[in-house]
Amino acid sequence: MYEGIVQDLIDELGRLPGVGPKSAQRIAFHILQADPADVRRLASVLTEVKDKVRFCAVCGNVAEEERCRICRDPRRDPTVLCVVEESKDVVAIERTREFRGRYHVLGGAISPIEGIGPDQLRIKELLQRLSDGQVTEIILATDPNLEGEATATYLTRLLKDLGLRLTRLASGLPVGGDLEYADEVTLGRAFEGRRSVDD
Amino acid sequence: MYVASLSLHDFRSYPEVHLDLEAGACAFVGRNGQGKTNLVEAIDYLSRLSSHRVASDAPLVRAGASRAVIQAEVVRDGRTALLEVEIHPGSANKARINRSVLPRAREIVGLVRTVVFSPEDLALVKGDPGDRRRFLDDLLILRAPRYAGVRSDYDRVLRQRNTLLKTAGGARRGAQEGALATLEVWDAHLARAGAEILHGRLALLDALAPFVAKSYELIARGARHDEATLGYRTALAVPGHEGTEPVPPGPAPDRADLEQALLDALAERRKDELDRGVTLVGPHRDDLTLQLGPLPAKGYASHGESWSYALALRLASYDLLRSEGDDPILVLDDVFAELDSIRRDQLAERVAEAEQVLITAAVDGDVPDGLAGARFRVADQTVRRE
Repeated sequence: MYEGIVQDLIDELGRLPGVGPKSAQRIAFHILQADPADVRRLASVLTEVKDKVRFCAVCGNVAEEERCRICRDPRRDPTVLCVVEESKDVVAIERTREFRGRYHVLGGAISPIEGIGPDQLRIKELLQRLSDGQVTEIILATDPNLEGEATATYLTRLLKDLGLRLTRLASGLPVGGDLEYADEVTLGRAFEGRRSVDD
Repeated sequence: MYVASLSLHDFRSYPEVHLDLEAGACAFVGRNGQGKTNLVEAIDYLSRLSSHRVASDAPLVRAGASRAVIQAEVVRDGRTALLEVEIHPGSANKARINRSVLPRAREIVGLVRTVVFSPEDLALVKGDPGDRRRFLDDLLILRAPRYAGVRSDYDRVLRQRNTLLKTAGGARRGAQEGALATLEVWDAHLARAGAEILHGRLALLDALAPFVAKSYELIARGARHDEATLGYRTALAVPGHEGTEPVPPGPAPDRADLEQALLDALAERRKDELDRGVTLVGPHRDDLTLQLGPLPAKGYASHGESWSYALALRLASYDLLRSEGDDPILVLDDVFAELDSIRRDQLAERVAEAEQVLITAAVDGDVPDGLAGARFRVADQTVRRE
């Protein structure tokens, strides 16, 4: 145990995701030895981020204004909507530069164990967005794990009668990887989702 | 395949031990509590990353140590590989092959294959359905590792669905409707993973049954005995099977048909499930039935018959794996003491053809003559070759 405030700092850092007690200690001592200006900058960003950032009123992505950068951009295709779990999924898809439509961030996935049902997700907002008939295709890009799949199934059942094109991201082998390194589950999925190449 | 050498570090009662083994029979002889079983348990752990004796990893690490290491040189088709597992209770284990770290420890599973006979096997006959389900599923995973993923998916869907049933059962009318909408989603996922497990288990039942009958016949030879037959008890209306009797071995029905049968059964029990807050149909409630002639082994078979049946199940697993081109290491943990001399010799004769048989026994007399091979004395956590 360290004295007073140093231990407080270690405890606070230790509460961050992915930071264990050893890492927390290392970061704390890094901060103690760092240039005061650097530390002040970090502190001000921390407080600012909480004050300034909010969630886009349309898609639920993190934003600095009422609507996020993507929702404000008139060049984005308003007829295609990509549904994701978290803001960080938006960033991941944006990196591909393949997708020119807009997003809808659910804020999680259905998981009764964590007490998350459809009412805790931004599904009502999604239905509202669809009511004006502008959107013609929805891409379900929830995580390919159990809860993500369950959420996609739920949305499929909810949306299938609206006359939209509904698609789900493919799952299978990573590009540039070796077949021998794929685990059985991924490889099994890839077999299930195989497609014919002669047409 | 066989294990050519084994090193343990802070595993169970051993601070440090190294032994050179050889193909054929290796017997570990010593008084109770000297650490015989710990040696074979280590090899079994290497094959499945779980122990046949305990459910959690914590007891595997020597008291006071933070991690245990198992290291084994395994010879397969004339090639030697060095396998290594570091057990860290409460966090991820680490596995290495020929000193290079695997991205996931789970990938080491299946490189060494073992079939373990142990006194605990009596639970296969006398114990709860859960013991028999685990027997089926472990063998299923040994034959097709893909089922490890299916199983953990199924368990997770089950936990999610049970939580949902519990909250929905206690909720007000309005809230209950919302919960019911998502229940159908979980039904679909439960049925898909469940059908996969069912399909796997029924196909396994069909493949295993003739071997069990033959093994039991062999072990019980010389005594008056009935035929050992297997069945699969499930509340589900399995396609192609009428009535409430257990499903006999036969070609497994189509996965899609099983999935539909599961969905129908879930729809039928919906009200009960909401009342009780648990999932009432699915492979997690099924049982493998063991019959001797017209009667179930559980409750009717004598102690000796139960023992023979348990051995027959293990022997049949071994035969099945061999018939599919595998050559698993046989571990006979303290099983001979329970058998009369005729059965002892029959079992010994039967397993002598395995590439490696590891035997533990309290006294020399318990090791059958047919399995005379290398002999190791185990006393006070030290192992000495004779």
